[in-house]
Amino acid sequence: MLSVNSRTAKELIFAGFWYVVLSLFALVLALPLVWLLSTSLKTGGQTFLMPPKWIPDPFVWTNYPEAFRAVAFHEYFWNTIRIVIFATTGAMLTASLAAFAFARLRFPFRETLFILVLSTIMLPSIVTLIPTFIVFRTLGWIDTFLPLIVPLWFGGGAFNIFLFRQFFMTIPLELDEAARIDGASNLRIYWGVILPLSKPVLATIAVFAFIHNWNDFFEPLIYLQSPENWTMAIGLRGFRGLYHTEWNLMMAASTAMIAPLLVLFFFAQRYFVSGIQMSGLAGR
Amino acid sequence: MGIQGVPATKVKKRRSLLWSEARDGYLFILPWVFGFIIFTAGPMLASLYISFTRWEIVTPSVWVGGAQYVKLFNDDRFWLSLYNTSYYVFIGVPLHLFFALLAALAVNLNLRGIHFFRTAYYVPSLTPVVANSILWVWIFHPDWGLANAFLEWIGLEGLYWLQDPRLAKPALIVMSFWSIGGQMVILLAGLKGVPMELYEAAAIDGANWWSRFWRVTLPLLTPALFFNLIIAIIGAFQVFTQAYIMTEGGPNYSTLFYLLYLFRAAFENFRMGYASAMAWVLFIIVLTFTALQFMLSDRWVFYEGDVRR
Repeated sequence: MLSVNSRTAKELIFAGFWYVVLSLFALVLALPLVWLLSTSLKTGGQTFLMPPKWIPDPFVWTNYPEAFRAVAFHEYFWNTIRIVIFATTGAMLTASLAAFAFARLRFPFRETLFILVLSTIMLPSIVTLIPTFIVFRTLGWIDTFLPLIVPLWFGGGAFNIFLFRQFFMTIPLELDEAARIDGASNLRIYWGVILPLSKPVLATIAVFAFIHNWNDFFEPLIYLQSPENWTMAIGLRGFRGLYHTEWNLMMAASTAMIAPLLVLFFFAQRYFVSGIQMSGLAGR
Repeated sequence: MGIQGVPATKVKKRRSLLWSEARDGYLFILPWVFGFIIFTAGPMLASLYISFTRWEIVTPSVWVGGAQYVKLFNDDRFWLSLYNTSYYVFIGVPLHLFFALLAALAVNLNLRGIHFFRTAYYVPSLTPVVANSILWVWIFHPDWGLANAFLEWIGLEGLYWLQDPRLAKPALIVMSFWSIGGQMVILLAGLKGVPMELYEAAAIDGANWWSRFWRVTLPLLTPALFFNLIIAIIGAFQVFTQAYIMTEGGPNYSTLFYLLYLFRAAFENFRMGYASAMAWVLFIIVLTFTALQFMLSDRWVFYEGDVRR
């Protein structure tokens, strides 16, 4: 009896200790976000206080509409969404098609070609940037969305091929064979058997494509020049150029860029986790 | 399964099936093959060619042999940008990975409500790098920022984080610790993959917490650590946005990273030959490091399959 009690006491102390450590760490990580939100709701004068005031007084909700009036964030939002939709559609179609071939069809040099796919994941994209830029420039595609969309219709990114293949390998091959006996073509098997079973990985890739396009800075910076074509990321940078001392407005604009990702995360959490875990599988 | 003893007609059918399968296989990877040629292999070779020319886009290109490389190796600013980038890679990446490992171990504890902490640690890594950069300029503000408010609260003097050439790179590294969440989740998946029986066996053998971690957990986690290390190093060599937005390469060029210098050469000064030479040098550096890591990985990365073999 005594030993049982002392054991639970020890466990309680152990758990208590870890809760304190975990909470402290969570607090440290949460502070920048709290600081962001708090600044975004302050008056201009209140941002310049030391020590800082954590709770805005008064709450200036109008900082948000004011930030949106200053710069055309609604246009940047729709530009970003359009790029996401067209780029992701191409990535999902061509990456899954290639992955289907790599996972379920036999052809000479299949393994070699797949290693080539994987090795491009490790290629620093900078080495292809300048000639690609020049090709797009020659085609007259600078300052259009095409450089951000068209490449994804050609294979959809090595990493997406990898993720699709990883998932397709878990689907029993008997399904293909059964369909083949019924006279289905490979295209029919891909479209009618495999893709309908692959909703989780499709969702994962859609979610990650959204995050990628939402966050991407380097490529839009190079390819999109006139403000009416900017994405959210470039627009926010432009905002900083215009309002570099108005920290409350700048934090409101930054919050507006972060918030949709947090919303997406809370609705699609399991796709985030499965996607990241699958990416970890590349280490195996 | 062989095809011996199968009637001739069936053999013929089987062969044509295989042929059509191979044909479809090639057909299905065709978009990727085109993409590889148009957007990867072709541009790679083209940028190698451009690096042997002088070319300002508006003027015709002139073949100059290795002159761009000679110029590059005599350019102090090139070496400075390489130093700055190496500092960021070799100090930032190991520390980042170490903290991600600590966080993964912490949120792998079997406690009630641990899911909340997993989410809390992951969320900061979701912030887009542009928003992140703007937020941290404000945090590092010398007069009104959170970082100095904290230092003054514990009785220290505030620092000129991004205005002091000695502190700007460390400040960017500190900022990167805020987004350890992505790596943490990958490592957590690795920790979840350690079979319970191994822990139980180790416990029966009388292994304490420390030796269980050192002998069981860590070896089985090395593939995930290796993967993270490679991807993080390749990414860190191409660090750009933070410096572009927060410091513009300053103060006194202390955050002039490689990609920022290359970007300026290519898209502000339109020196395409010079920038292409820089791109190829970076490519060789990254390739060398990746190859080196794969060679060294034999010594420390442990694959479960090795035991069975």
